[in-house]
Amino acid sequence: MTSSESTDVLVIGSGFGGAITAYHLAAGGARVVVLERGPWLSGEEFEHDFKFGSSSTRVFDFVVGDGMSVLSGNCVGGGSVVYFAAMPRAPRFVFDRKGRFGHRMWPSAISRGTLDPWYDRVAEALPVSQTSWDTVPFSGGLFGAACDHAGRTANPVPVALDQAKCTNCNWMMAGCRFDAKRSLLLNYLPAALAHGAQIRPLHEVQYLSRTDDGGYRVHYTVLDDVDYRVEVDSGTIDAKIVIIAAGAGATPVILQRSEPTLGAMPHAVGRYFSGNGERLNTAIFDEERIRDVLGLSRPDGVPYEAYQIGKGPCVASWDRLDGSLPEYERFSLEQLYFPPGFGTILAQVPDAVGPTWFGAEKKELLRTWQSWLTVFTMSEDDNEGEFGAVPPSGNAVRLSQQMLARGSLRYEPTENTLRGWALSDAEVRDILERDGLSRVMPWTNDVVGAYTVHPLASCRIGDNPATSALDDRHELRNHPGIFVTDGSAVPAGLTVNPAMTIAALAERAVPGIVAAARARGVDVRYGAPAPDGGTSSRDAVLPLARSALRQ
Amino acid sequence: MVLEAYADTILPGEKRWPGDRAVAGVSSDGGAVAAGALLALGSPEGGLAPALDALADGLDEHAEEYAAEAGIELDPEVPAFVSLDFPDRVRLVQRLTDPTHPEREAWISLAMFSVIAFDAAAHSHTVEALDAGHVGLKIIGFRQPDSDGLWRFDTYSYGRQLAQPHPDTTASGSPA
Repeated sequence: MTSSESTDVLVIGSGFGGAITAYHLAAGGARVVVLERGPWLSGEEFEHDFKFGSSSTRVFDFVVGDGMSVLSGNCVGGGSVVYFAAMPRAPRFVFDRKGRFGHRMWPSAISRGTLDPWYDRVAEALPVSQTSWDTVPFSGGLFGAACDHAGRTANPVPVALDQAKCTNCNWMMAGCRFDAKRSLLLNYLPAALAHGAQIRPLHEVQYLSRTDDGGYRVHYTVLDDVDYRVEVDSGTIDAKIVIIAAGAGATPVILQRSEPTLGAMPHAVGRYFSGNGERLNTAIFDEERIRDVLGLSRPDGVPYEAYQIGKGPCVASWDRLDGSLPEYERFSLEQLYFPPGFGTILAQVPDAVGPTWFGAEKKELLRTWQSWLTVFTMSEDDNEGEFGAVPPSGNAVRLSQQMLARGSLRYEPTENTLRGWALSDAEVRDILERDGLSRVMPWTNDVVGAYTVHPLASCRIGDNPATSALDDRHELRNHPGIFVTDGSAVPAGLTVNPAMTIAALAERAVPGIVAAARARGVDVRYGAPAPDGGTSSRDAVLPLARSALRQ
Repeated sequence: MVLEAYADTILPGEKRWPGDRAVAGVSSDGGAVAAGALLALGSPEGGLAPALDALADGLDEHAEEYAAEAGIELDPEVPAFVSLDFPDRVRLVQRLTDPTHPEREAWISLAMFSVIAFDAAAHSHTVEALDAGHVGLKIIGFRQPDSDGLWRFDTYSYGRQLAQPHPDTTASGSPA
């Protein structure tokens, strides 16, 4: 290739961090190109099928590391397409976490209070709504009833879901066939397209270099649409502003690979990774005890046997989200569904005399699958993840045509993290084993290490240059014009599902990015309404945005 | 045959015929092998196919070492791993998948594909697998879809409040 394309703003990744910024910048008048390494699927292309090569493997990545495996979206819309749409805001105490260095990890400019107007923007845009008990599936009801029986509270979780369209099929991880899940394919991304943004699927960014005019050249390869291991083309695009939102498992790798061309990266790039303190327990319920102890019964008289029915996590217990408790001892518990395969291999046999995760006893355990309940812990880990050697391309070495890859992330849980997991395991047991309701075992960490569906913090914001890669405007330190707006920017585990916070931070970052673009000669303004034209939350943030624009 | 025996160790099944050597026969119905583990392992999508011969050879070498250590006399008529009885196969797989074993990732990959074949029939369309009576989906009790091959559950909720909300819940439904 002898010449490079050019644009005002190049966005890497089309999940929350990419879609939100792309929309606002395109709506404000900038030329925007979005490069997404995954495919572009929608509606009926989302299949109810576990077969290799169906949407369930096309849109999903599972990267095995050393001590930590990461599950994430790999498609236009990113995590919003594959996630369970749980959208709680992070509790107030989270923003004051100090972590292992003993200083506040979040920038002083950000607290729950200052982020709430930006949360409101996301809530209006997607939209996010509260779940009512009459739409909570059996599994969430069972968890809620068990919490109540044990003297705990339990809340239906706020979600980005159109309950009227939802069929409770529990195929959400393969993309929503019925457009019930309010993914970015239904709001920010079509609005960005309407304002002229271009989205290019199967374009995997490898590294960045500088251009003579102070901008950046983005180097990408084009991947085969079936076998992602195969590169079919390559190219470059020049941009005045680059927004990296490739996900916390990929953003730092792109920056690490760019060091020879861009110069040294901040120390925190590729360090301080958090798995959001995630941990899973599976309870094997005794159906009779569900009836006798909790008084639950489906309309057909069966107490439960409904693990397969539902829409991911619907009910959470927030009793341990108590800011007066010591750091590392606070966590939320959430009822969850994982499909067979992902959701079965790591489940362990209670009281096994042989191996716990495979063998004859494991097969017997599988016979009770419909009586399972998975409980998801989100706790405060110690940001102990670190990325190792940069792979030849992408963020990991792909082993399968799709989905399965081997990455360089190393994660050795500290005593703090292990203590949080142990406390949450005990709490789950105390709630769910009470009066013989079930037997509970945590998922094993001996097969693929720990695991997270919410990778965070590998390129984080902060006030301290020694421990943060980005300033509080999400600009990469020492590399002006590069912004990072995905989960890697979140400084630490949130103790709840992070999508709402990632999205709110992206919303908050936009005025600063607009200011940087204007300083580079881009004719762009801030002030777009919500994707559907709603203006109430926009009007509320305009005074805040004006301050960012003046800076 | 060796890989069948490995898959059968992960999720065991009944013998397919009286003289079946690969399947140890410690379970009363089909296991990973009957569920199609070899199809999943050999699928072009999975990416393991080019390594399977080497893995089978490697597994036999480990079985020979194990047998020598344990003083087990192997049957020369079948591969070494197949010659082991089920408890010894289990002990060897535990050793190979232990967090300290240098080759663990390869052996865990074999296990993962065996599980996925059984629990999810990932080598075939789910609707077709259910129609064909796939043993793994049957054992976990995976429900049937509607006539158009899509899953919908009209009855899905106990339909009533079953717990009290946390007192510090905000108006938006989030923790304070």
